[in-house]
Amino acid sequence: MKVKLHGTRGSYPISSESGKTYGGNTPCVTISSESGQLILDAGTGILGIDFDADFPSDRIDIFLTHLHMDHIQGLAFCKPLFNPNKEIHLWGPRDSTHSLQYRLNQYLSPPLFPIPLRDIPSKLHIHELGNTTTELGEFVITSEFISHPGPTLGYRIQHGSNTVCYLPDHEPIIGRSRLYPEDAWVSGFNLAQGADLLIHDSQYTKKEYKSKPGWGHSSINMAAQFCDRTKAKRLILFHHDPMHSDKQIRKMYDKLMHKTDYDFPIELAIQGKELKI
Amino acid sequence: MPAHEIELILSRQLADCLTVPVFIVDPEGNLLFYNPPAEEILGQKFEETGPMPVGDWGTSFNPHEEDGTPIPPEGLPLVQTMSTQIPAHRTFWINSLNGNSTRISVTAIPIVGRSKKFSGAMAIFWDDEHRL
Repeated sequence: MKVKLHGTRGSYPISSESGKTYGGNTPCVTISSESGQLILDAGTGILGIDFDADFPSDRIDIFLTHLHMDHIQGLAFCKPLFNPNKEIHLWGPRDSTHSLQYRLNQYLSPPLFPIPLRDIPSKLHIHELGNTTTELGEFVITSEFISHPGPTLGYRIQHGSNTVCYLPDHEPIIGRSRLYPEDAWVSGFNLAQGADLLIHDSQYTKKEYKSKPGWGHSSINMAAQFCDRTKAKRLILFHHDPMHSDKQIRKMYDKLMHKTDYDFPIELAIQGKELKI
Repeated sequence: MPAHEIELILSRQLADCLTVPVFIVDPEGNLLFYNPPAEEILGQKFEETGPMPVGDWGTSFNPHEEDGTPIPPEGLPLVQTMSTQIPAHRTFWINSLNGNSTRISVTAIPIVGRSKKFSGAMAIFWDDEHRL
């Protein structure tokens, strides 16, 4: 299984020189095996995917964690959506008030976008997910609602014996520096438990988080603590703050590594990087 | 043990921030969590008791009417919400730790998340003699 990070930045895309190392595109990750491919989130990172070369299939499956702008803003300009021969399956969180199609249409319609969702040329299929497991070819995708403002899913993707957990926007505990001691009370625990790779929100420094409880994101320390608790085997620190330069992100990482002694590899997400599981 | 659904986890996080006693139960009525102010009613810390079946917590603080008539578990708002899945409220008396009879008001609400699944219920206890 291959995991490629097409967009690693949180909140909004950046293009500054000082952010080039870790990337400026907002969240998008592809997971590929010999038998199929999935796309996780449709931030501006999705625009960097070479669909002709890398997604030859007529069917494309995009799993959205939630509908905050940084996770869907690439969708409107995603080439396959405008190809009538393509079958696009959009999967995303259900809500108790409005359908996923209605909520997507808030963005994919005038005045924010010239073409309403119903007029998009591809064959569009919209699937609502909650706490459930979906089988797609050889992929088994488990979704669960996690702690983040608005309906937000985390995903656990299993392919054979390999497992990837994707929690790009996640605040496992609000306003505290330590997780609850009991695993049963840790948001996202089921999804991340024992995963071979955990891609997790790490937007803030510990100090920044103190003034942003409830914003839905984790400190870099919380991301590591969560990985340690769930016994995931490798941590990718994801959803970099657009206010942080490469230098600042590296400093956050160095400080974490200097002050802690976790027994699993911890890496900063780098846009364009491909990971093999 | 798998983690609870997010609605229960966030309910606990809310309870942790409140100064009024809060109980959280699962759909079967098992007491999953109570916050430190609720420890004064049960007389034990949650860390010491852990989860508790309804038969235990429903009688442990001796709920009764003003005249002393005991209230069975099914008469308690939280237990009613468990069976009806709608909010319930009642004012009654309990024996506090010092043995005095204390008048409290209890409001129980169902916890139903985006999946529209009944995940449990939460009760807030209000000690009428110690208003904030």
